[in-house]
Amino acid sequence: MPSSIRFFHFASPARFYALATRWSPALWVLAAVLAAAALYIGFFVAPTDATQGDAYRIIFIHVPAAWMSMVLYLAMALWAAIGWALNARLASMFARAIAPTGAMFTFLALWTGALWGRPTWGTWWVWDARLTSELILLFLYLGYLALVDAIDDTRRADRAGALLAVVGSVNVPIIYFSVKWWNTLHQGASITLSSAPTMAQSMLIAMLLMTLAFWAYAFAVVFKRTQAIVAERERHAQWLTTTRKLETA
Amino acid sequence: MATTSHGDLDAGARASRTLTVDGLAGRRGERILFHDFDLFVAPGELVWLRAANGYGKTTLLRILAGLALPEAGTIRWSPASGPATVYLAHANALKDDLTVLESVRYQSTLHGLEASEAAIADAIRRFGLQSRRHAPIRTLSQGQRRRVALTRLCLSDPQSTWLLDEPWDALDAEGVALVSTLLDEHAARRGNALFTSHVPPAIDGLRTVQFDALPAPA
Amino acid sequence: MTRVFATVLRRDLRLAARRRSDALLPVAFFVVAVSLFPLGIGPEPQTLRQIAPGIVWVCALLAAMLSLGAMYSGDLVDGSLDQMLLSGPTPGQASLAVAAAKSLAHWLVTGLPLTILAPLLGVLFGVAPAPIVALTASLLLGTPILSLLGGLGAALTLGVRSGGVLLLLLVLPLCIPTLIFGAGAVVAIDSGLSARGHFSLLGALLILTMLLAPLATAAALRIATE
Repeated sequence: MPSSIRFFHFASPARFYALATRWSPALWVLAAVLAAAALYIGFFVAPTDATQGDAYRIIFIHVPAAWMSMVLYLAMALWAAIGWALNARLASMFARAIAPTGAMFTFLALWTGALWGRPTWGTWWVWDARLTSELILLFLYLGYLALVDAIDDTRRADRAGALLAVVGSVNVPIIYFSVKWWNTLHQGASITLSSAPTMAQSMLIAMLLMTLAFWAYAFAVVFKRTQAIVAERERHAQWLTTTRKLETA
Repeated sequence: MATTSHGDLDAGARASRTLTVDGLAGRRGERILFHDFDLFVAPGELVWLRAANGYGKTTLLRILAGLALPEAGTIRWSPASGPATVYLAHANALKDDLTVLESVRYQSTLHGLEASEAAIADAIRRFGLQSRRHAPIRTLSQGQRRRVALTRLCLSDPQSTWLLDEPWDALDAEGVALVSTLLDEHAARRGNALFTSHVPPAIDGLRTVQFDALPAPA
Repeated sequence: MTRVFATVLRRDLRLAARRRSDALLPVAFFVVAVSLFPLGIGPEPQTLRQIAPGIVWVCALLAAMLSLGAMYSGDLVDGSLDQMLLSGPTPGQASLAVAAAKSLAHWLVTGLPLTILAPLLGVLFGVAPAPIVALTASLLLGTPILSLLGGLGAALTLGVRSGGVLLLLLVLPLCIPTLIFGAGAVVAIDSGLSARGHFSLLGALLILTMLLAPLATAAALRIATE
């Protein structure tokens, strides 16, 4: 099948490096354009909400960031598992590259969640089920980063990280469920960040555009980071020195 | 004469498995320590794996024992199934708080050796630890601890392949002679062994494999 | 594989018995840590009664984690772990038996004593009889989960430099559902509500962890020793 052949074609770190170099500029531009469009629509086009005023507009960053944080965790676990199961070098490098970006989005989601909560609830933090789950997700990311960093042997670090990420993925739904349970049980009526206002079409478009912008950004950053990891791990390989010479020429 | 729970077996009926190693490559961490390594060990053969420090002898033994996967190459045992290998690492695998007797019993049960109390007592006696059999391991000297670890050789299946990492380490002259005798007996009943040692062993009919004569990786 | 399981379990229990004071350190920590809270928060009985389930549960969780670092590290250093992994037909099978035995030994030596001591601490906090029973029952179901997850963390961080604290960072988030259901059960009983949901969930979590954690721990052991 042509598609699977092409997939494995780029499984070599060398070829991926070239691919990433070619695509990077376009990805950065795409991310910038989409983000600008999303912010414009979100801040200028979307209507003011009846109950929350203009404070709600932070959700145009908060919700996409939260989505990204969760999706990236799963992507990280998936690539790490592939790298482990198939002994694929590049897949493991991908997973390592995704982790910091995923953690960043988690942090962004928490930060913007706090910014949202402040005008609405009067405090910087509420133990809302979603926010609390995001916080625990941040712990999972930090745990992964700490583990792979602490193990000196690259291969062992990749594998241990893969196992941890897979275990984490299995736990994420359990954790989310238990936090929701905890939240409703203890408060009677659940404490939630104000539920998102009824969505006008422009709001949906803004969130969608921001999500796509984040995707493009994530690709760009992960590609760059993977290139750095490839350069470091394959530093003795012949193809790397030639490429570097061409780049600086 | 070694007495084991297996009794006296007809030496010709059972023999150790033959080990064939083909193009083996081994790594530790990031480094490939050796590659293109071939080895053939027939029943009754005692092979001395000889190399300077850091060439990967321990890694090789671990791979052959099954603790680690090789980077490349194949390992074939014929017949495919048979008595498990006896791997004695450089470390003794003894717990400080157990007595000699408890340690030997634990080893025996863990590896399914089903050694009788009499066989265990014999092994302890043979290694000269009779008087210390109720002493905790932490009160023993390095040499005595090594002896405790080596008792496994008396209790294992006579046809198992022995993979020994520095078996003579820390032993006094008597201990050294004892291990050499055990190896001779092992070969006589068609068992085979692969071991490392920094001191040339005093064993007849030894086959030496010079490990560090391998070409450096490209 | 039952042979390997039983042998390792017996050995670990015997070793713990020889170092009884070491084995009981987590229990001592449990009592001390729990006692800190009234000192920090104030002796008001109503407050103490209310916070007791959470406090006892969190301190039990932390105390259980204390003895995890030593679960595999001693055996790694003296070569016993290698021999354990070679005791079965494959390292995969052997490591599974070892993982299960180690977690059970940890629970018997640490988790169970914590559970037994909990009612006493409940009394210190002025908790009513019914919630005390719930507390003990929830810990009885929850501490095995902690031992199983802890074993996984211990195997993942085996031989790693800052292993001790890293272990906590890895395992504590995974224990959060157990904490929520466990402490929640006690709070429910204390409020006069039924805790059946909590206990069912806790039980389900225990079964799930018993099925999956040893497998993951076995894989982690092989990753660490290869």
